[in-house]
Amino acid sequence: MHKDKINFQTDKNDNLVINGKTFKSRFFIGTGKFSSPQILRETIFRSEAQIITVAIRRARPDNQVKDPAFAGIDLEKCLVLPNTSGARDAQEAIRLAKLGKALTGHRWVKLEVTPDPANLLPDPVETFKAAQQLIKAGFTVLPYINADPILAKKLEEEGCATVMPLAAPIGTNQGIKTRELLKIIIEQAQVPVVVDAGLGLPSHAAEAMELGADAILANTALATAGNPPLMANAFALAVQSGRAAWLSGAGKESTRARASSPLTGFLHQD
Amino acid sequence: MFNPQQIHQAIQQKHHDLDSFKILISPEAQDFLEAMAQKSQNLTRRRFGNNISLYVPLYISNYCINECQYCGYNLTNKFKRLKLSMQEIAIEAETLKKQGFEHILLLTGEAPSKAGIDYLEQAVKTVKKIVHQVSIEIYPLSQADYERLIAAGCDGITIYQETYNRDIYREVHKNGPKQNYDYRYDTPIRAAKAGIRSVGLGFLMGLSPWREEILAMVKHARQVLQANWRIRIGFSFPRLRPHLGSFTPKYPVNDLELAQMVFALRLFFPDAELVLSTREPARIRDGLLPLGITRISAGSSTQPGGYKINKDQVSQFDVDDKRTPAEISKLIKSVGMEPLWKDWDWAFNIEEDFS
Repeated sequence: MHKDKINFQTDKNDNLVINGKTFKSRFFIGTGKFSSPQILRETIFRSEAQIITVAIRRARPDNQVKDPAFAGIDLEKCLVLPNTSGARDAQEAIRLAKLGKALTGHRWVKLEVTPDPANLLPDPVETFKAAQQLIKAGFTVLPYINADPILAKKLEEEGCATVMPLAAPIGTNQGIKTRELLKIIIEQAQVPVVVDAGLGLPSHAAEAMELGADAILANTALATAGNPPLMANAFALAVQSGRAAWLSGAGKESTRARASSPLTGFLHQD
Repeated sequence: MFNPQQIHQAIQQKHHDLDSFKILISPEAQDFLEAMAQKSQNLTRRRFGNNISLYVPLYISNYCINECQYCGYNLTNKFKRLKLSMQEIAIEAETLKKQGFEHILLLTGEAPSKAGIDYLEQAVKTVKKIVHQVSIEIYPLSQADYERLIAAGCDGITIYQETYNRDIYREVHKNGPKQNYDYRYDTPIRAAKAGIRSVGLGFLMGLSPWREEILAMVKHARQVLQANWRIRIGFSFPRLRPHLGSFTPKYPVNDLELAQMVFALRLFFPDAELVLSTREPARIRDGLLPLGITRISAGSSTQPGGYKINKDQVSQFDVDDKRTPAEISKLIKSVGMEPLWKDWDWAFNIEEDFS
């Protein structure tokens, strides 16, 4: 199980590979909620993240210099991954994704469809519809989803480049509340699993990586910390630590029953 | 009467009901404002981050057929009324865009014969071509009319019940269609059913005892959310200010009480937009800014054409905070936060060809 997984989702240097693109870092960060572009820049630097998500709705393409969405991101080193936050249905998400393409010049998109403004939970039906259409249009789609193993498989079958199940509702810093379902998703996935939303502490990030997640995403935990760059560094170390633990053979706990019968074995003896 | 233990428990609990909300707004809870402020700040930062979004009101017509005692646009006040043409609206909106704004709130008095649905629809379309986000604060419309405005690009409505006390409502609305309390009460529900994205509620602080008002407003908000679970709910905190004809509020709200309202609403609705307008003095606005507020206006004029076309019109109310948008932006940064000029995009409403 371990080796198979490592083979198809990493290269020999244990890099993360998404749709043919190689990333050294397994830590994605979101750019909302920061108190200034300077702090965001320092946070990105300390995180060593290479995939940086940006809300399309906040981008000001007519004013890139002052653009808070892009300020502080070194486009040479990082992939700016536009996200469709704010979209309530597939149609809106698709329009935003197209705008994201116009802004970044590439077709990668973090697909978010959250019709309920109170909890910002992802809509599985609209996310699925949007993913189908975007993939048809040539996009590399990284969908934000609830920790739903069936939905994860179906999105993978449609051609999504990753799945990004939530650990807890976004912005809550609650840690991993969907543990058992995440384990099933990770066990079944043939594409990288990026645990997104709800991770509030480096220990949560480590826990996700120990479970076998291929990467994690954090935003609120960094942006609302007293010292965001330092917290970014702490998360980066936790991601590496959790990954090492996974590679070393941790996380062998199974979701399936074992066949051994230590108590009733005598019944089968001669 | 609530004891300290009950108040402490109410502040700490994660999910609130009307019983715990009553504790948060009680006179006894005033002694616990610091703890409420901390909780409110914490919830706000977690949900909204270190950002304050900016918007600006644009008055496009001050014709009005109502006689609201507290309002400068009152039918009985004699002054030259004005309605902006589409060209003038565009000039005003362009002026605001140059200052950095991407969210404009369009306002009118109630005069359907002067500023009817066709005019409003055109106004929304005109402004939507210039900035990314357009909301309205106008007189009550039918569900069908809201559907038209949403299709034109309107993203949100603000409608204050003014007061939830029916007797006082009758007393202060002397004449005009606004006398119909129930039609106004159902307005945000009709807009919700029409599919509007965000609904802002409020009551004019000073007309009636605020504790009863805020409780009624919370119940109202829940009805709006029941009508459409996709709604983003928001609340404003308009305290009555002097205007032409000078109206003295019978139940003035002091600064501590205003703060208590902000914190109690944040604890009850962690996801609500809490909006402070230019009406508030700078000291209060600056103090409350990091503690629960998520949106403010800046550089506001309450006169039609007041930004560029005509600066001598009569105001709906006096604005206390006269700082410019650049100064407000600087202020937000000084309290450790980032001003958010753009939080929306045309792509939500309009199909564009980016290929």
